[in-house]
Amino acid sequence: MSVYYSEDHEWIEVEGDLGTVGITDYAQGQLGDITFVDLPEEGATVAKGDSIAVVDSVKAASDVYTPVSGEIAETNDALADEPELVNSDPEVGGWLFRVKLADASELEELMDEAAYKKFVAGL
Amino acid sequence: MSEISDFENDPDLEPIEPAILPLDAWHRDKGARMVEFAGYPMPIQYEGILAEHLWTRESAGLFDVSHMGQLYIAPAEGAEIDVEAALEAALPIDLATLKTGSVRYSLLLDEEGGILDDLMVTRWNSGFYLVVNGATKWDDIGTLREYLPDEVNINHLDESALLALQGPKAVDALARHAKGETPLTELKFMKGAAYTLGGVDAWISRSGYTGEDGFEIAIPGEEAAKVADLLCGEPEVKPIGLGARDSLRLEAGLPLYGHDMSPEQGAVEAGLIFGVNKRRRAEGGFPGAARVQKDLAEGTQRLRIGLALEGRMAAREGAKVMSGDSEVGVVTSGGFAPTLQHPIAMAYVDTALAANGTALQIEMRGKRLDARVVAMPFVPNRYVR
Repeated sequence: MSVYYSEDHEWIEVEGDLGTVGITDYAQGQLGDITFVDLPEEGATVAKGDSIAVVDSVKAASDVYTPVSGEIAETNDALADEPELVNSDPEVGGWLFRVKLADASELEELMDEAAYKKFVAGL
Repeated sequence: MSEISDFENDPDLEPIEPAILPLDAWHRDKGARMVEFAGYPMPIQYEGILAEHLWTRESAGLFDVSHMGQLYIAPAEGAEIDVEAALEAALPIDLATLKTGSVRYSLLLDEEGGILDDLMVTRWNSGFYLVVNGATKWDDIGTLREYLPDEVNINHLDESALLALQGPKAVDALARHAKGETPLTELKFMKGAAYTLGGVDAWISRSGYTGEDGFEIAIPGEEAAKVADLLCGEPEVKPIGLGARDSLRLEAGLPLYGHDMSPEQGAVEAGLIFGVNKRRRAEGGFPGAARVQKDLAEGTQRLRIGLALEGRMAAREGAKVMSGDSEVGVVTSGGFAPTLQHPIAMAYVDTALAANGTALQIEMRGKRLDARVVAMPFVPNRYVR
């Protein structure tokens, strides 16, 4: 099991050919209080870099880009009633969607935790 | 010495400093996240917009609004001019019914009746005190200069800071420190008076931009940090950023210049005809009067209205308002209403669809959000009249 990070502040935790995607703690801190999460349809085919979810905060709406291509296997139903989970627990309970990876080699273009921390420190 | 290097020694030329407001360091010290707004770094939030919003609704929030333009309109020294008549020729306000210390909302209109700004006018002893929006203040000064005779001075009180203390407990916190002829608790909504706050001279009016009871406090910039500390030392008070200021004013149904009104709209269309006082509607004699009178007589194609949305997805500025397949309007402000726990929006829609209860839809990111026209304010005002 490995976790990768994108420059758009998504994380993806990969187990076999299934990746769980959310936004990072840094991202939720920047967005502020999250009031709604618009999630993709299960079964939808998505391409790396597509905007497939939206995180609404009191301040603004922000796109979430899928860090990998594939098919949406599951979305986090708990966020319908508790969107604030993305604030309180962004990298575990506040996950957004699971995607069945179409091409595992896309993960190589993402950062590992150390690289992402360095990336954020440079912002 | 060459002429060019003379610039460095020219006593009339001051170095250009980056625009910083008096409480800049104070905000940073309180942990604010700063963003640029109206040309200044300003605090968008401290602990978080939601918490700050709810705190203001239940207790008291201190807002720094020193970016706003404070102007003092008075006769030039030695000039024999009726400043009241001059200001009435510039603004659609009825000053005859505005008593000393009273505050009134008005509009700055262009010659075609488009809205250049909205503003507060207070009668002082020998002139009028105006508070205008921060982003428009320089243009407003230019427009007013054009509208007012040379014998009338426009004094930009740019060394004065402006704070707002808003919320149901604002009066308790402020009354402990405000010393003046009129006890603070007896000051009514849209009235102002001179006080001292911890020894600092302050002009305080019972007014604001949140829909709550509250006060706006003008003080010398160099004393602003002292007064902010004094007020935040009260258990009811926390500093509140611009983020919550925006969500609070939206719930209160108060329009934001540059978003919910612009030179594109007139006073009638924008639902701000109360900013054009009754006598002036009939008499005219101010820039844009013809448009106001025509719009009052004939109505306008669109009107600014409030929308309550189903679900939790917020509509944002620029979103199309739809009725069936027809585009019937546009959202000018929108967001999640923390007090109501559902999204709300302001929009301009076709007048035929502006009645309360009308079912409309908003197009957001390829989806249709169900919405209903509702009366504003979305959250009831709690002004102390």
